[in-house]
Amino acid sequence: MTLEMLWFYLWGLLWAIYFVTDGFDLGVGMLLPVLGKDEVSKRTLYNATGPLWDGNEVWLITAGGVTFAAFPKTYAVMFSSFYVALTLLLVALIIRGISLEYRSKVESAGWKKLCDVCQFAGSGLIALLVGVAFANIFRGLPIEDGIFKGSFFGLLNPYGICGGVFFITIFLLHGALWLMIRTDGQLHEKARKLASVLWIAVLAVTVAFLIYSYIETNLYANYLETPGLFVIPLAAVGALIACRVFIGQNTAWKAWFASAVFIMACTFFCIVGLFPNMLPSSIDPAANSITYTAAASSPLTLKVMLGVVLLFIPLVLIYQIWAYTLFSKKVETEQLIY
Amino acid sequence: MDALFLSRLQFAITPFIHFLFVPLTIGLAFMLAIMETVYARTGDVMYQRMAKFWGKLFLINFTAGIVTGIVLEFQFGMNWARYSEYVGDIFGSLLAIEATGFFFLESTMIGVWIFGWKKLSAKAHAAVMWLISIATCGSSFWILTANAWMQHPVGYEIRNGRAELTDLKAILLNPAAIYSIIHTVSAGMLVGAFFVMGISAWHLIRKNQERFFTISFKIALVIGTIGLVGVLGGGDLLGSEIAEAQPAKLAAMESHWETTANAPMHLLVWPDVENEENAIEFLTVPSALSILAFKDPNHEVTGLKDIPPEMRPPVAITFVNFRLMVAIGTAMIGLIGFAWLRWKKLSGPTWYLRLLVWFIPMPYIACNAGWIMTEVGRQPWLVYNVMLTKDGVTEGLQTSQVAFSLTVLTILLVLITALVIGLIVKHCRKGPETETM
Repeated sequence: MTLEMLWFYLWGLLWAIYFVTDGFDLGVGMLLPVLGKDEVSKRTLYNATGPLWDGNEVWLITAGGVTFAAFPKTYAVMFSSFYVALTLLLVALIIRGISLEYRSKVESAGWKKLCDVCQFAGSGLIALLVGVAFANIFRGLPIEDGIFKGSFFGLLNPYGICGGVFFITIFLLHGALWLMIRTDGQLHEKARKLASVLWIAVLAVTVAFLIYSYIETNLYANYLETPGLFVIPLAAVGALIACRVFIGQNTAWKAWFASAVFIMACTFFCIVGLFPNMLPSSIDPAANSITYTAAASSPLTLKVMLGVVLLFIPLVLIYQIWAYTLFSKKVETEQLIY
Repeated sequence: MDALFLSRLQFAITPFIHFLFVPLTIGLAFMLAIMETVYARTGDVMYQRMAKFWGKLFLINFTAGIVTGIVLEFQFGMNWARYSEYVGDIFGSLLAIEATGFFFLESTMIGVWIFGWKKLSAKAHAAVMWLISIATCGSSFWILTANAWMQHPVGYEIRNGRAELTDLKAILLNPAAIYSIIHTVSAGMLVGAFFVMGISAWHLIRKNQERFFTISFKIALVIGTIGLVGVLGGGDLLGSEIAEAQPAKLAAMESHWETTANAPMHLLVWPDVENEENAIEFLTVPSALSILAFKDPNHEVTGLKDIPPEMRPPVAITFVNFRLMVAIGTAMIGLIGFAWLRWKKLSGPTWYLRLLVWFIPMPYIACNAGWIMTEVGRQPWLVYNVMLTKDGVTEGLQTSQVAFSLTVLTILLVLITALVIGLIVKHCRKGPETETM
């Protein structure tokens, strides 16, 4: 394995961790209208992710930052191609952060309602946009000589939308499972029932996405060449089944963890399928696709950044796991902060 | 109005607004850590109330800093793709190190801090705020090192059609970076100090909770004094560095037209850019510019006339913002000095306390004036002597796209700024809670 190749998979890993961590707080945000029927249950939902959402979101910043550092060309083409989509993503990220942190700081029913709308819409829009963006990457972007030739509405093709729906659904399940961990009583029961229903939705959308990907993308080429790689989608299937079993047993942590493994395996299924491309082109793919070798930074930068990542990422994981365990107990409804 | 112009405008507005929130975060985090440490060591509940009161204001400000900061990282790729591709090897790495090393730390710990009052011991809770404070300074270090590399690029070689890293040590020891870190982090301390002193003054005028606000005021005064020394020292060093590395910027800052030895400085001056001279020159101090910039009265200082017009930064903007920053800095020296004279009687409706309340916005203006001067003064370069600003913009970027993002982001960020100011004023007036929460 070369240094560049190692970085390609690290790149995939960082995105996968982002989906696993921010995925559940986005899911909880999207569940707000469903489960937040009164002020106490709404605030319970906010407080269930309140201590962790900010740290989770930094995985997005890090995934973006590492793309910039290790694959500048990919970063440049990716971020400029998705210009309008990313503008909307920024809006979603901003209104979501604001609604979480400022909701309880203004005593006004109208303000709280506005925050709830922003929280729901922001969370949903982030999941949708990230899904649409990645599906379009898998499908191939209209890039020629590193310049995007398409339009924002071109991203909203059926397969792109399917990717968006896929992300929304898996994040919804992931969020419902997190709420099973952090709530008790009625809310817990509701979350559990919802998780069972969402599980079926995830299964259906996953199957649809896998079949659609076979038709629309080149993701399976590497798998057909090296059938041993099918262990990755099999792991995803296994994790999804385990998730259902744990929901049935009402063991919330295990179910959430299984969902996390499922999201990881799905991400890696796509990343491995993408290899060696980072941004396949739909205009003469052989000439215009951006591969990891063409996009990589200099060997010295990759070495320095490898040291940085090997030092800091384990450290980040340690203190984030500490924070997770600190805030893994049931939310006490008499002491709501948000 | 083309995509380049609008992209520049967007990158003028978004960091400007982001930078309204950053200095206070740096300054206040440090003060909160001190307050909590005193509480953890002495058990005096007043210090805990202090950490909670100022902490609430800190959090209102912090969130705005986070959400406005995300915009910046995205914009490099969105609007400045050619720049990103050309310098990502170095610039991208510095940003990525900031995110993995420090942004993670502060974002994770802020959640622990907000929700951890009952779950953690007083000592552990104070330690969390120290981690936040360290992380804010660490973030500044890497962000400013990245910016300094644009001001004074070192440790690279142009290979494979881009700037590639050759010497990380040179980048980390870049004098432009070290001096701007000292200057900027100290400025953050000053902003935090004048914020706390100003709000304390408002309550001291009304004789509200005098012990609480007198002690808050004094903590801020000590931090502010240290910050002031750092701002002046770092600023002086940074000035000399600019003189060496960016002569055009120095000339624009000072509105200095003719290349001369024993270059003077005028206390009152106004540039006449069209005629390449100064419309007003008054109260001239001979050789002062040579001394300040090069520590040598006989040293030659390059004038703007020896720089081709298209290679000059916009003189008026650079000049005005530099003067504005220096003027506010000078006022801060006076206000801090006077505070020490009044150490023993800080209460009651005095002109001094009233002035401090009105002075709260000034350090912010100084910070942003310094930032504008730094960035506008670097023009027409994006990376000094390496890449022009106009060459960095995304190829094929449509004007309508940038018009859309510019409009949406500007409206959103202005609304957030208004919200933050409103919330801070509201919670300041309310004052600290009397019993523990």
